[in-house]
Amino acid sequence: MKSLAKRKDSLADPKNQLALFNSGIFANGELPTFKQKVSETNQFPLKPTKLEIFQVNVGYMCNQVCSHCHVDAGPDRKEIMTTETMQLCLNKLKESGATTLDLTGGAPEMNPNFRWFVEEASKIGVQDFIVRSNLTILRANKKYYDLPEFFKKHNVHVVSSLPFYKRGKTDKQRGDGVFDASIEALKELNKVGYGVEGSGLKLDLVFNPSGAFLPGNQSELEKEFKTALLEDFGITFNNLFAITNLPVSRFLEFLVASENYEDYMDELVDAYNPSAVENVMCKNTISVDWNGYLYDCDFNQQLDLKVATTGKHLSDFDAQALQKRNIIVSQHCYGCTAGEGSSCQGVVA
Amino acid sequence: MQKTYYDPKDLKDFGKISEWDQELGDKFFEYYGKVFEEGALTAREKSLIALAVSHTVQCAYCIDAYTSDGLKRGLEREEMMEAVHVAAAIKSGATLVHGVQMMKKYDKLSM
Repeated sequence: MKSLAKRKDSLADPKNQLALFNSGIFANGELPTFKQKVSETNQFPLKPTKLEIFQVNVGYMCNQVCSHCHVDAGPDRKEIMTTETMQLCLNKLKESGATTLDLTGGAPEMNPNFRWFVEEASKIGVQDFIVRSNLTILRANKKYYDLPEFFKKHNVHVVSSLPFYKRGKTDKQRGDGVFDASIEALKELNKVGYGVEGSGLKLDLVFNPSGAFLPGNQSELEKEFKTALLEDFGITFNNLFAITNLPVSRFLEFLVASENYEDYMDELVDAYNPSAVENVMCKNTISVDWNGYLYDCDFNQQLDLKVATTGKHLSDFDAQALQKRNIIVSQHCYGCTAGEGSSCQGVVA
Repeated sequence: MQKTYYDPKDLKDFGKISEWDQELGDKFFEYYGKVFEEGALTAREKSLIALAVSHTVQCAYCIDAYTSDGLKRGLEREEMMEAVHVAAAIKSGATLVHGVQMMKKYDKLSM
């Protein structure tokens, strides 16, 4: 499978995704727009709280081509953050007072400057230094085999995707062989202490549904994952984050192609939870793309919705102006406010 | 005029049943919610039972609801199909076992 960008699919253009959100069921009044829904409870416009998380997308290159990927990542994506931009990130991170640095991608490990970035970032001493790893990259090539030790050395908090604790669902969503490679990688992480009680090395897993439905209860899923992974493979981890699939890029393509788009949007709207709005991640996060541009979240990044301030790039970073901005919303935001809510740290309500 | 008896959208309006009798509606939904809470059986096991029963009572709304619920709980297609076969076996078994009654009656009446 190739990325939407490589296939030159119409949904590779964010403008076409946004056009879809503003037509059909949301244009004919069948469903309220996100702005209308949030306005009903006087929560519009969404405003930032204190900036806590600097989420940096170091590039869209990935060794996997997952069917639900909102980044449209894959081996054919060549967007890669340079060391100059990484240095700029670190300067602005220090200036901003954010307490969490969250590296994502693509597979962030595939950026040739990744290790340099981790080494430099660990010197800053942020409270929580997250690397989002797809797991299989840790076993994809010998040059990555030492990454668990490398992560440990720099006290990285590893957050890994694992759609399910059984082979079938995992491989269907992420490709053949992904489950076995993920299990192998988890064992390697456990071996150096990640996810092992008392080690202080955090290993969290991310669950997302393998289809057009919302995730189940996060704590129930965590319990099942812990039991199954321990019994079947002797694997331990800290927390499980249940994340809703947002209708962006390849997941949107799946929804449209499988004729699930309208029903899925209906389900998201139906599950709208105003108390989740209070804690959506865009309120305490700034997302940075490989080129240094700023967004309210990684989803807005993929939809090319840059922050609504004059300084849209790290080089014009203005913490005070960012604090006063209005967060840009569209219909995809329903994904973060459905049910127990959803964020890169799991449920929010 | 509505062309079919079933409309999938009716499922979302199930709660409106209470509008015509608040007390009984409330009692039903309270009972229903309590039944599906985690107890001696896990919520996942209860979901699977509900799916099987949905098929025996041939409730289209219930099949819709508990297929989605099963997916959310991570149930796999093999588990769901096995549950449906259990339901089908009991239902067909229940039909067939009455054949014993038929055989006895037949024999009693025959010379």
